[in-house]
Amino acid sequence: MTVTVSVPTILRSHTGGEKRVTASGATLQAVISDLEANYSGITDRLVDNGKLHRFVNIYVNDEDVRFSGGLDTEISDGDSVTILPAVAGG
Amino acid sequence: MLEIRADLVDAMVAHARADHPDEACGVLAGAEGSDRPIRHIAMLNAERSPTFYRFDSMEQLKVWRALEDAGEAPIVIYHSHTATEAYPSRTDISYASEPDSHYVLVSTRDPDEHELRSYRIVDGVVTEEPVKIVEQY
Repeated sequence: MTVTVSVPTILRSHTGGEKRVTASGATLQAVISDLEANYSGITDRLVDNGKLHRFVNIYVNDEDVRFSGGLDTEISDGDSVTILPAVAGG
Repeated sequence: MLEIRADLVDAMVAHARADHPDEACGVLAGAEGSDRPIRHIAMLNAERSPTFYRFDSMEQLKVWRALEDAGEAPIVIYHSHTATEAYPSRTDISYASEPDSHYVLVSTRDPDEHELRSYRIVDGVVTEEPVKIVEQY
């Protein structure tokens, strides 16, 4: 399954400045592993202790994966994955 | 420095006052790379809390996509503090992930006089900057 991944400004240091990259995998976890193979260090920005990091939102198409299976969310060919920094604070 | 139109300041302060004692949050959008905010977008505080805020993730996706389609960026990201000064909290600093945005804080702890200050937050380092309020750009 090949997907397009939208990368936010804060993570573009890992992708050589690219805003959109492609990756493949049958689940979001597999897509992230594939990203890591090409863009070393990106996993630590997305995953914390085996869970989606609280500082980021990841969407598959129009769904926030926190509400649709987290890292186990299934991926179909042509899906779009969007990473946004969570905007939050106290 | 943040140069900002007075009507946009008024919009942020009015939003913060309206949601007090809960924290209010939102964005001022402008052309990408311009460093000039031109329009106010009030966001929902999904936490509806006097001590915490979080953009609703679905609303954020919708707004961020619309900004990108329009060639715009979140020039300012703002939120209010309702019982403390307009200075970023530890949580604010840990979440700050838009190195190109101005982080504006509005304090509504005083019912009559608001406090509005602006910061850059990059890699956990907070730098306050002057705010210049103008009638027109």
